[in-house]
Amino acid sequence: MHAYTEKIREAARRLLAEKKVDGVIGFRRGTLPLMNEPVFVRHADQVDQLVWDGNCGVNLANYLTKRKDRVAVVAKGCDSRNIVVHIQENQIARDQLYILGIPCKGMLNRRAILKALDGREPLQVEETEADVTVSGDGFEQVFPRKDVLQDNCKICIHRNPVIYDELLGDPVEEQKDVDRYEDVRRIEAMTVEERWTYFEELIAPCIRCYACRNACPQCYCPTCFVDESRPQWVGKSLDPTDTRTFHFLRAYHMAGRCTDCGACERACPMDIKVRQFTKKLEKDVKELFGYEVGVMLEERPPLDTYRPDDPQDFIR
Amino acid sequence: MLKIFVTKDNLPNLVGRLMDGATVLGPVKEGEAHRFRPLKKAADLDLSYQNSRLSPKDLVHPHSDAMFAFSLKKDDPEAGILKELPRSADKRLVLGIRPCDAKAFRLVDVNFLTDTYRDPWWEARREATVLVGLGCSRPCRSCFCTAVGTGPFDETALDVLMTELEDGYLLKAVTEKGEALLRDAPQAEAATDERMQKAEGIAEEAARKISKPFVTEPIKDKPQTELFSAEFWEEVQFACINCGTCTYLCPTCWCFDIQDEVHGEEGVRLRLWDSCMFPLFTLHGSGHNPRNQKLQRVRQRFMHKFKYYVDKYGDGPACVGCGRCVQYCPVNIDIRRVVAMMSASCVCPT
Amino acid sequence: MKNPYLPYPVRIQEIITETEDRNLKTFKLVFLKSEDEAAFSYIPGQFAELSVAGQGEVPIGIASSPTEKGFIMFTVNRVGKVTTYLHNMKPGDVMGVRGPLGNWYPWEEMKGKNVVIIGGGFAFTTLRSSIVWMLDPAHRGDYGDITVVYGARNPGMLLYKEELVAWERRDDITMHLTVDATDDPQWKYNVGFVPAITKEKAPSSENAYAIVCGPPIMIKFTLPVLADLGFPPERIITSLEMRMKCGIGMCGRCNIGTEYVCKDGPVFTMEKLSRLPNEY
Repeated sequence: MHAYTEKIREAARRLLAEKKVDGVIGFRRGTLPLMNEPVFVRHADQVDQLVWDGNCGVNLANYLTKRKDRVAVVAKGCDSRNIVVHIQENQIARDQLYILGIPCKGMLNRRAILKALDGREPLQVEETEADVTVSGDGFEQVFPRKDVLQDNCKICIHRNPVIYDELLGDPVEEQKDVDRYEDVRRIEAMTVEERWTYFEELIAPCIRCYACRNACPQCYCPTCFVDESRPQWVGKSLDPTDTRTFHFLRAYHMAGRCTDCGACERACPMDIKVRQFTKKLEKDVKELFGYEVGVMLEERPPLDTYRPDDPQDFIR
Repeated sequence: MLKIFVTKDNLPNLVGRLMDGATVLGPVKEGEAHRFRPLKKAADLDLSYQNSRLSPKDLVHPHSDAMFAFSLKKDDPEAGILKELPRSADKRLVLGIRPCDAKAFRLVDVNFLTDTYRDPWWEARREATVLVGLGCSRPCRSCFCTAVGTGPFDETALDVLMTELEDGYLLKAVTEKGEALLRDAPQAEAATDERMQKAEGIAEEAARKISKPFVTEPIKDKPQTELFSAEFWEEVQFACINCGTCTYLCPTCWCFDIQDEVHGEEGVRLRLWDSCMFPLFTLHGSGHNPRNQKLQRVRQRFMHKFKYYVDKYGDGPACVGCGRCVQYCPVNIDIRRVVAMMSASCVCPT
Repeated sequence: MKNPYLPYPVRIQEIITETEDRNLKTFKLVFLKSEDEAAFSYIPGQFAELSVAGQGEVPIGIASSPTEKGFIMFTVNRVGKVTTYLHNMKPGDVMGVRGPLGNWYPWEEMKGKNVVIIGGGFAFTTLRSSIVWMLDPAHRGDYGDITVVYGARNPGMLLYKEELVAWERRDDITMHLTVDATDDPQWKYNVGFVPAITKEKAPSSENAYAIVCGPPIMIKFTLPVLADLGFPPERIITSLEMRMKCGIGMCGRCNIGTEYVCKDGPVFTMEKLSRLPNEY
């Protein structure tokens, strides 16, 4: 894992020296344990800020939208899929990008680790391939890495970047036999009333800070529908109808575009499992169109494609 | 001022007594986080908490609050005229609030209670609220209250300060309101010298644990235009995703929006939390936006807290060092690092 | 203390379409309660929040003068949600007014001084208020020469046309009307941009204050002209626009550095602005 840090720095130094890019988007060491900060490195003397470890869960494709310059970007499997979507949706051109691919074994779930520590404050974190050792005042706790991954990473089937200019490590083995939709099926099996209650409770803590929306690379509308004032579609209070409308509509805007990178859930300050909405749509798109988002650059997304043999007949 | 001691076993009785006289709000665990809620029973109170995830500012300044009501009925002679709604001034007691969060109310008072205008909602709720604070004996590493002019046992914005001792709580009245509260506390024991010394020791130890990641004095001396045009903002702003997490969790962020909502032929004028992180916050009707760049919005937040507020009111900064924005910023923009840069006006090595 | 967020109910008495593009309308408003009219005591340069139940509020400079009794007047440019709704309202409709808000032109400080008023386009509203106020017999003696440079894109875009003509005829005020361009043979005044006409007419800076209100581009090019004429920054005054909500310095959005435009402004000297961040 830490070997990536050296490789990222080497590549960044080289690309900047060769003037192949105007800057490199990566991560620098965070100010808190289990957190890193996205950074834009423009000069050789900043290159040593770049790091890589299990706390690089922020999706860096989010920093590519409508850029004008030429940049290198460090990309995990999910980031690379969002880059594909960005290119397909004309948010950035392929030739503006130099993609430094990172085969990924999953990012750490900071909230889950904090929860397991039950109030004890982590001060230091050591990672190995297998374990995460967290220590603080008078304690040390070892977690098997697989237990403290982000929920989306646990079921990820595209750990290797799908698009890159340089792969900074050997491809990792993709996870087989993961059940991606166990939770979705559980919700599908509910009665309408149960499902309604489930979602009501799910979003009850929402404070409408829009961290989920803003953390999402695919949420780039110049004016989001919740911000429209003429006409105003959605009220801005915490009225459950409005909060519901925000989450439901946002999820629908993600249909066939969401890579399940987990950025939304990771960003939510209220621990709302926002992916519960988008995953259902991901499952539907997969079942209806056999489509996986952001895997093939050349393939048009099903929801902006018309085919006479569409399984549904609403358009005919 | 009166000081009493209450054993941990007897605390529920005291809380119960307080609940007889007022609505008592305190930290209640909901999911993984604590939140200030009206206590239904004394046992709901969880004083073992570190701090609430959302600051208790919503007790005085709720996320959404109806200001006025109006009718749009064609035949209503009063149609289109805004009517005041009853402002509840029920006595409330906030139990276990951290000194930093209480101090935040004090810092925001200067915005809402001025010589020319007084915000009636802020004023009514502030006046109706008694603050019984719980000193912070186990501060987090992300706390920096002592760097911004407050501290883990700062009692200046409280009516009563509680200190947790091994076997119970030492309660010290700070104001007349606080004194009245403690006067008839059930099962109160004497706050002996020994207990008071212990409490002092705990307070000193806590203050020692808190880091001082920056000094604010140099910021005062710099012209606002100089700090405004500093180069480091470019670096600070990069990671920001312009969500409202920092501002919504912050105890001193008070900015709000005013919106009309109509349901059928009835409507209300609402005030709602707003955030300087949102482009819409400053967007003119004409389409012009003086803060249309992310850099401008990020800069506004830090400049407001550590420069504009300080210059305007000769007080502050408008930050109490609670560390919520540090803990919950999804991209780890750390105010401690930013203020250190403002203080030094340089792009400091990381 | 009165709830500062509660608008006074008013009735629309008259709506006048000011400009040929029909985007500017003047609203004459009458208070439903006479005590509200007495409470709404204002000074030229101040603004108010116009309130429409169900639509919201919009900050607009007061175009009437305190010397005009029985009504207050606002000229509203149709740009956003509230102003568009307002433009479709009818005389007799009830709405609200909240204010007066903000500071005003420094009338005390300007006593005994000459006043040069420079306006462009629809920013002439509080300048109209100022002119009517200064020309009132009760105040005219307090000020020296009054010189006005007012321009618009073309003759059809000038506000308050009848009054402009009336002032033109008076000998206690010097009017320099101008348009950017026109093919109207009836137009007998100046043709040219406001900064150029200001330069040409060269009002003296001696013992004088300049009040400049207009689009940013006009202000940008007028300021050097005034500097050349010898106006120091502390005697050049302008009024700013910002997105506002509360209008009383509380909601936090309209600041320029330390100053809230709604409460510490909207009137600023150029000297003051030079010490604030350039973010407006």
